[in-house]
Amino acid sequence: MMSLVVARELSKTYKMGDVEVDAVKNANFEIGEGAFVAFVGPSGSGKTTVLNLIGCLDKPTGGGLEVTGFDVTRLDRFQAARFRGTNIGFVFQNFNLIPVLTVAENIEYPLLMVQNRPAKERVTRVNALLEAVGMEDQKAKLPDQLSGGQKQRVAVARALVTNPKLVLADEPTANLDHKTAHSILGLMKKMRREMNTTFIFSTHDPRIMAEAEVLFTLEDGRLITHATEEGGTND
Amino acid sequence: MINVVKIALRNLRRYKRRTQLTLALIVTGMVFFLVFSSVTGSFKNAMVGEVTGSFLGHIQIHQRGYIASIDNLPLQLNLQPEQVKIIDQVLDQDGAVAAFSKRVKFGGAFSNYKQTTNIRINGVNPEQEFATCPQLLSRFVEGSADKSSLERGKILVPELLAHGLKIKAGDTAVVVATNENGSVNGKTFVIGGILSSATGPGGRDGYIHIDDARELLRMTDNAVSEIVIRINDFGQLDKVRNRLFSAVASERTQEGKPIFEVHTWEKLSPFSNIAKMIDVMTFFLMLMLVAVVLISIMNVMIMAVYERIREIGTIAAMGTQPRRILALFITEGFIMGALGALLGLIIGLSIIFGLNLLGISYSFGRQEALILQPTISFSQVFVISGLVTFVSVVASLQPAWKASKMEPIEALGHV
Repeated sequence: MMSLVVARELSKTYKMGDVEVDAVKNANFEIGEGAFVAFVGPSGSGKTTVLNLIGCLDKPTGGGLEVTGFDVTRLDRFQAARFRGTNIGFVFQNFNLIPVLTVAENIEYPLLMVQNRPAKERVTRVNALLEAVGMEDQKAKLPDQLSGGQKQRVAVARALVTNPKLVLADEPTANLDHKTAHSILGLMKKMRREMNTTFIFSTHDPRIMAEAEVLFTLEDGRLITHATEEGGTND
Repeated sequence: MINVVKIALRNLRRYKRRTQLTLALIVTGMVFFLVFSSVTGSFKNAMVGEVTGSFLGHIQIHQRGYIASIDNLPLQLNLQPEQVKIIDQVLDQDGAVAAFSKRVKFGGAFSNYKQTTNIRINGVNPEQEFATCPQLLSRFVEGSADKSSLERGKILVPELLAHGLKIKAGDTAVVVATNENGSVNGKTFVIGGILSSATGPGGRDGYIHIDDARELLRMTDNAVSEIVIRINDFGQLDKVRNRLFSAVASERTQEGKPIFEVHTWEKLSPFSNIAKMIDVMTFFLMLMLVAVVLISIMNVMIMAVYERIREIGTIAAMGTQPRRILALFITEGFIMGALGALLGLIIGLSIIFGLNLLGISYSFGRQEALILQPTISFSQVFVISGLVTFVSVVASLQPAWKASKMEPIEALGHV
């Protein structure tokens, strides 16, 4: 399996006044194409920072990071936006749907406003995703008319509509009840199978961790374990 | 672009009350400006029309130094026949000139045989004068408003003088004047008509036939005090004035100075200062409107950006280019400005239309029953609507710029 994400001695240090805080310290990891990966650890362990670095939302202060074969540490903000729009989908903890757009329009947004795809292609893609996440009958509704689980389904569809190589989900189930959380993870797994998209998510919920096929454990910014579904563990 | 507009419209609808309040501010400002400028414009046009149409004309030509001594009506500064001939040729050849009238102006004593008072008199050719100052005819309060009232031997006298001396049309009176050489002469006239007063210099002058004036002043040639010109297009006033001045500028005194002075009505009437004041007030009202639009739109857009920081972070994270985020917010400001301008125009023009239907009358100085006819030109409508829309876009720039420069990671983390 080819590596989609390669991190070498990846570090991120934040300055808070005179104090320097290591959010991620010398992390080394590789994530293969089509993987279903979770970064786990307690609050403040660096999970979100790792996802932000992979998602080109933030820049590392040390080390190297390649995503889909590109050295993303060299991208400026315009190139990073273009890279994200082409290669990465995002699912947020708070769903972050655009409140003035309907379900279908929210899903359509990246195709329309980021990739400028033609109308026919947009309709086809949006309908396919609506069907895949089971939201066809809700497509005309606005986000505030949906439940949390429905919102996250829409968010997953929006993340996948551009057919990205990678979907990053930061605590995607944190605002959902356990049953809904499992259903969302089930949906993500299903989409991963159907589209061969790599899913990387962060969580600190042990029940959700069990769904991951590859598990990276972080503690105080350090990657301490790397476990696979087959039971292998690397310290 | 259509999609940017669609999203912008929905965002404006999302904050309905705030959008309505901002629109109300813009609309109110627009309406005030339109109504004010149309009403004051109507007043100004009426006054300028009155001043130029009843006695001043649009442009006047004198011999150099005449205007500086105009209070004395100096006969020695009259335009000489050969100078008049030059001006005649220039005016005849200029297509912008609608009509012109030659006047002999002098001061004299007016007597009804019982009382005597001072009078300023214009000796005119009635046909030329009525063509150049057509509103003179509307000032007749007694007598027949046509050239027969200014036949030789007749005089038109101002209303105040007629009241003071208790004379009426058909009565006789004597005018006594001193000519250029100091010789005094008198002539009997029949009152051909009585004229209401008009605002400004010349508004209380009397009129006689130019040949009577020359006879009274014992003039042996065709010298005139001034030549009053009416042009076809008032909007071309300065252009025509400059052209006429250039055409006669080659005539020089021995000292090399131009013989002729060519003045527009603005140089001859104090009302031009009132007209300028009206323009200044309109300008300041426009500045206030600009300030209202600028502050209200900027306030709304700053709030919109602040409240939607996470949303901005989300769309930026999804890969939306900064210029598109910029466009989204500028479009919101543009729509609000354009919509406000449109609504303001509809309401403002309706009020202007209503005021015209009502036919409100007003008085100014000695003039009564002037009808308020507010009008606004297409260019004014275009400029003010464009300005409001442009200012709205300018007001949105800073908040939109701020939104487009946001780092997605910081925006997403905003609480």
